[in-house]
Amino acid sequence: MDIHEYQAKEILGRFGVPVPRGGLAYSPEQASYRAREIGGDAWVVKAQIHSGGRGQAGGVKLCRSEEEVRAFAATLYGRTLVTKQSGEAGKMVDRLWVEAASDIARELYLGFVLDRKSERIMIVASGHGGMEIEELAETDPASLVRMSIDPAVGLAEFQARELAFNLGLNAGQVAKMVTILRACYRAYRDLDATMVEINPLVITGSGDLVALDAKMSFDTNALYRRPQIAELRDRSQEDPRESTAGDHGLSYVGLDGNIGCIINGAGLAMATLDMIKLAGGEPANFLDIGGGASPERVVRAFRTVLSDRNVAVMLVNIFAGINRCDWVAEGVVAAYKEVGIDIPLVVRLSGTKVDEGREIIRASGLPIITADTLADAAARAVAALPRKAA
Amino acid sequence: MAILITRDTKVIVQGISGRIGKFHAAEMIDYGTRLVGGVTPGKGGETVLDLPVFDTVRQAVEHTGAEASLVFVPPPFAADAIMEAADAGIKTAVCVTDGIPAQDMMRVKRFLMRYPADRKMRLIGPNCAGVISPGQGFLGIMPPAIYMQGRIGIVGRSGTLGYEAASQMNALGIGVSTSVGIGGDPINGSSFKDILALFEADPGTDAVMMIGEIGGPQEAEAAAFVRDHMRKPVVAYIAGLSAPKGRKMGHAGAIISAFGESAQEKVEILSAAGISVAPNPSAMGETMAGVLKARVAA
Repeated sequence: MDIHEYQAKEILGRFGVPVPRGGLAYSPEQASYRAREIGGDAWVVKAQIHSGGRGQAGGVKLCRSEEEVRAFAATLYGRTLVTKQSGEAGKMVDRLWVEAASDIARELYLGFVLDRKSERIMIVASGHGGMEIEELAETDPASLVRMSIDPAVGLAEFQARELAFNLGLNAGQVAKMVTILRACYRAYRDLDATMVEINPLVITGSGDLVALDAKMSFDTNALYRRPQIAELRDRSQEDPRESTAGDHGLSYVGLDGNIGCIINGAGLAMATLDMIKLAGGEPANFLDIGGGASPERVVRAFRTVLSDRNVAVMLVNIFAGINRCDWVAEGVVAAYKEVGIDIPLVVRLSGTKVDEGREIIRASGLPIITADTLADAAARAVAALPRKAA
Repeated sequence: MAILITRDTKVIVQGISGRIGKFHAAEMIDYGTRLVGGVTPGKGGETVLDLPVFDTVRQAVEHTGAEASLVFVPPPFAADAIMEAADAGIKTAVCVTDGIPAQDMMRVKRFLMRYPADRKMRLIGPNCAGVISPGQGFLGIMPPAIYMQGRIGIVGRSGTLGYEAASQMNALGIGVSTSVGIGGDPINGSSFKDILALFEADPGTDAVMMIGEIGGPQEAEAAAFVRDHMRKPVVAYIAGLSAPKGRKMGHAGAIISAFGESAQEKVEILSAAGISVAPNPSAMGETMAGVLKARVAA
């Protein structure tokens, strides 16, 4: 789960990371009021959306007067910002962060991630901040410093010091960096984060270290024990179809094609999408109905997939273990009645209670195209596409 | 022979008193698995399915001589249950639970390191379908009827895709020695490499079907192991050729975040290591059949 920059700064600030003085605004007037409150003669106004690349998309500006703050905020507020990470639909700006401008002498990159190789939290840092880490890994891989943290011991002070010296900091800056590194690690560990990123972490003209931007993501599996983090969820920043599907125990990811898919198991779902592509079609979505799916959950899956207007053919592919083909078949038949399906539907059932499931489909008398194997199912779905859509 | 579970393996179920734990325990007994008891804290002294229930894993091990455990415990308590099994002397634990926090698994892996190699528990999963040695027994939630007894090992992240592979091979008359689901989480107990090493050493296994997916470094690590240490042939399939970068595809671990983690890159790495990669998910069975045929001819 992602949170906003201002929320990440507030959290990291509490753990001891220095952040610029700032305030949140829900209107252009409030933005200029925040600028006055903060004081000084230069402010940065930043659109708060769950996406990187805001600067290049025009979502961030350095302003030199309260009026400029208000005017820029007015152009941003209520607008949909499309960045290179947001997807075509973009993200709606409904809040702005105004902060005191910093005097930047040098920019660093600092990130904490879960490293799957060492199965530990890993620090990735670079003496060159400001650009995206992917870009950095391509243009200047030698500048990246990595360090993994033993969960039994935590981040040792010598490790933090070593990393800071490796970034070319002087003795005074190293002490400040050690504080920041240990604060970030504690925040990551204590709040079940999956990512903490400060980019850039700047060294100011007077030699202070300040987090100019901050991003945090959290482990959704651990939200049950982090209620204060769960509260930070902003559903307006999520794809409404994906979050509604998630509320009903379905794992849904929207894609660009026109063959709607309902499958059990993430692996089989990915494989089915591959198979559709190979057969010459384009999947409209990834959807895993999960284990032990009731007929109701199957009907819900149909609603979710069919809410995408591009869908011209539906494909249901079930290999039941912990699921039951008869329940899925009942759900398919119910979906005809309750959702109304007026496009071709291909169903492949296999595994637990397959004979019962196939009998329910046959006895329904509905115009369902059945398939026995994965390859067969994908081929029939592609063949069922209307000519002009195919 | 087989790996991880045979007809002689004494098995307990942690969480046997729950609805799901009890249901799957009954399925395992039906299949012939040697289930000797269960553990549910606070329910010690009761019986479930005519089997004794214990308060702690240690008591269960002392009284039954259990060697393997199936962990059916809800996510907030699963990591603790796994560590309890390890400390009580269980040799193999399979954890089916989906949704364990990543940092809990990080601590579990660190905890398992405290035991010397001969006492270290092998963990399979979490978030997996389990382990089955057809005709002998199983620890998990798979539909056992689709597996035919034979000499091919299966190891995969995805449960359902493992079923798909077994049924494709079944249709071609190819049976399975043991099938292992290692699970779809970013941190899991056993990697592809760990299970491949067991299959390489198992006299009952002639070849291995490995089913990977996008995300993570374990397929590449397995490729190096196959190239350097395996004599038995390995067939692979990687799911997610059409997966977009940066989007999580159902499994917590199925997300492309670094170089070498896309399906195409993994296929290239595996092929370069001499592994026969099935071109699509419906060709897993026939690719294995082709490899076995070539081997007989050679």
